[in-house]
Amino acid sequence: MQAHQRMLDPTPNSLHSGESPLLKTVGLTKRYGEFLANDSIDIDVWPREIHALLGENGAGKSTLVKAIYGLIQPSAGEIRWQGEPIVLSGPSEARSRGIGMVFQHFSLFDNLTVAENVALGLDGKESFKDMSARLEQVSRTYGLPLDPKREVWQLSVGERQRIEIVRTLMQDPKFLILDEPTAVLTPQEADQLFVVLERLKAEGRAILYISHKLEEVKRLCDTATILRGGKKIQTCNPRQETAASLARMMVGGEIKEVKAAAGRRTTIPRLVVNDLSLAPDEAHGVRLEHISFELKGGEILGIAGVAGNGQDELFAALSGERLSKDPGTIVIEGIAAGHLSITKRRKLGAAFVPEERLGHGTAPRMKLSENALLTGHAASGMVHHGFIDTAATLKTVDKATETFDVRKAKRDPEAASLSGGNLQKFIVGREILRNPAVLVVSQPTWGVDAGAAAVIRQALLDLATAGAAVLVTSQDLDELAEIADRIAVMFHGRLSAPLAASEATREKLGLLMGGSTLEPKEAAHAVGA
Amino acid sequence: MELVEAIILSVLAASTPLLIAATGELVTERSGVLNLGVEGMMIVGAACGFGGAWLTGSILIGALFGIIAGVLMSLIFALMALGLAVNQVATGLALTILGIGLSGLIGAGFVGERLTPAAHLYISGLTDIPLVGRVLFGEDAFVYFSIALIVGVWWFLYRTRAGLILRACGDNHISAHALGYPVLRIRTLAVMFGGACAGLAGAYLPLAYTPFFIPGMTAARGWIALALVVFASWRPGRLVVGAYLFGAVTILQLHAQGWGVGIPSQFMSALPYLATVIVLVLLSRARTGGSTAPAALGIVFVPDR
Repeated sequence: MQAHQRMLDPTPNSLHSGESPLLKTVGLTKRYGEFLANDSIDIDVWPREIHALLGENGAGKSTLVKAIYGLIQPSAGEIRWQGEPIVLSGPSEARSRGIGMVFQHFSLFDNLTVAENVALGLDGKESFKDMSARLEQVSRTYGLPLDPKREVWQLSVGERQRIEIVRTLMQDPKFLILDEPTAVLTPQEADQLFVVLERLKAEGRAILYISHKLEEVKRLCDTATILRGGKKIQTCNPRQETAASLARMMVGGEIKEVKAAAGRRTTIPRLVVNDLSLAPDEAHGVRLEHISFELKGGEILGIAGVAGNGQDELFAALSGERLSKDPGTIVIEGIAAGHLSITKRRKLGAAFVPEERLGHGTAPRMKLSENALLTGHAASGMVHHGFIDTAATLKTVDKATETFDVRKAKRDPEAASLSGGNLQKFIVGREILRNPAVLVVSQPTWGVDAGAAAVIRQALLDLATAGAAVLVTSQDLDELAEIADRIAVMFHGRLSAPLAASEATREKLGLLMGGSTLEPKEAAHAVGA
Repeated sequence: MELVEAIILSVLAASTPLLIAATGELVTERSGVLNLGVEGMMIVGAACGFGGAWLTGSILIGALFGIIAGVLMSLIFALMALGLAVNQVATGLALTILGIGLSGLIGAGFVGERLTPAAHLYISGLTDIPLVGRVLFGEDAFVYFSIALIVGVWWFLYRTRAGLILRACGDNHISAHALGYPVLRIRTLAVMFGGACAGLAGAYLPLAYTPFFIPGMTAARGWIALALVVFASWRPGRLVVGAYLFGAVTILQLHAQGWGVGIPSQFMSALPYLATVIVLVLLSRARTGGSTAPAALGIVFVPDR
């Protein structure tokens, strides 16, 4: 096996100028109890290389980079830095050796200023004043503008990522780890990031780039190591692979193609939103402004946008978690519902799947049957004269399990014990089994493995084919392109006019996601087609 | 004039233990830990402080005993709430109950004894200036120390790197951990500082305020100190204002009762608490953005290793 892998390595030693890789892990293993998060992983990263680390959620990518950054101690195996075995006592030692990391969930402090956040990421040997001056210099050099005096909570997601990157660059790292950096960016912001990364590579630095976006990896990376279930599957040159072959290695099998049924017809409008405006209910919330759209039966409308542009607020307004003073702003099945409670909206035939699975979509410590009851009681006959029909709730669980292939250890476990993908299949299944006329779903496949994601997308398409109106909010443009008939974009609480999916190119969506408006000619073209 | 001076002096004396205890709790909470055991740490500090001074005859050693007692009490809290990740509210409440019982046990032998209270500063000439002389130059060491303490804490929090790291732990312990800061060690130190301050504030009572020890003599001052931290929205400057305001309202209601103002005494006694509620409401209304409380306050943190 070892020899076989070496043969597949597209960057043999002879191609590199240096004698040894900048960073090498040998048999790196991390065990949590019985669970092997990393099982004997070997990777080599060379200077002037952008090395992708590919894998699904739970494949062990984060564990591996945490070990390289000194955040966790490996259970076995070693890390070699410029040929020397090293043991990292913590991130500050990693930083002092020249290893920097940009986190996926930013390690920022909302109530501190940009400069303070940067100072916390450095070793504190220079004065705050010198540091601030250097911060401005680095942010200018790399074209990453930042205002050092602003507090982080006031900044957009893209700006927050800039802080992380600038903070890391200020340590002048030889080796840079980026954990899913484009997950929260518009396509244009991602392009700007790639320019920075190419420049860092040209400066002789090595980059370990975690992602599961295959096209991006093919475009940017020189080498890719694929992890699955904690094991290294292969190291390859992503430019010589196809997206499908990379996906096969990640998933370990074929992913079912999602297919829209032919002859899907749109019918009557089932969900209409008329000039909906809503003030935010929390300090950092987004104000919804004049949102209008019409969604017919048999149709899937996608809502794209960078997180935090009012998608959560729109979901709350549609689901009835927040009520509108004017009943006519939201019309479900021809009935003004803006003032109706969640249960009343469900009784009209609407169903809702929020973004957060645990805590919002389900009560984590309650059984699946109880969770089924919590949304199903409105219209599914699980309650008789105030008493719970336990058999009926269990039947719902069984039916969802069967129809949507939910894998679980026993018949009726606690919601929190399911994996993300299986729980999401259960939640979506629970709502779809009620045969809703309108389904509003937020980030349906966020953090879900590719197999489960395909099942869920197919279920949404089938539901639309059966005549329901489906509204999908997603940050994943590929997902929207796959299932949506029309795509609209949310920016600062406003919703753009929907584009037909065939017209909604990444460029156009990216412009809208960044707050630009399309050229009138272009927009007219898009709508007219 | 004599009366005004007497009132100001008594306000300062009444405010000082509140200021010291609240300063300690402010630092603790800024690191993200909610220690509701201030009252318990104070009362044990009072008993040990009196004991130390009575046995040795030295106010300074008494104060040190109070500080050590407060730190030991806070270590119980740190062990439970930080080491074992027990719920902080429950641990803090238990600490208060423990402290009240323990202080009764420690102080049982001292009840009825008297001390010579802490000496007041006297600078010939300056202290004799009418009206302001005794207020500015005639206080006991605790009063001056409390002011130095809060200025020092302000400087530490906003002007030093260590203070920045402490605030960072209170804002987001996950990020602080990810950047490599020892969150639990920093928080333990902050809790110990809070304990030291509470112990000293407790010791102030029998060493300077009333020169004897009686069980329960802190009379809920620890709880007022906790409220003061919220009142001050976790900022040292506002804490000083709050502590003196609180002391002033406490003393004024005593005098008002003495003058026979036709308002029920119960209502007057409730004034300081009413003032807290009103100020809290005004502050939360005036908030423009950003959170006033440390974002990680009271949230249990277990680092993954």
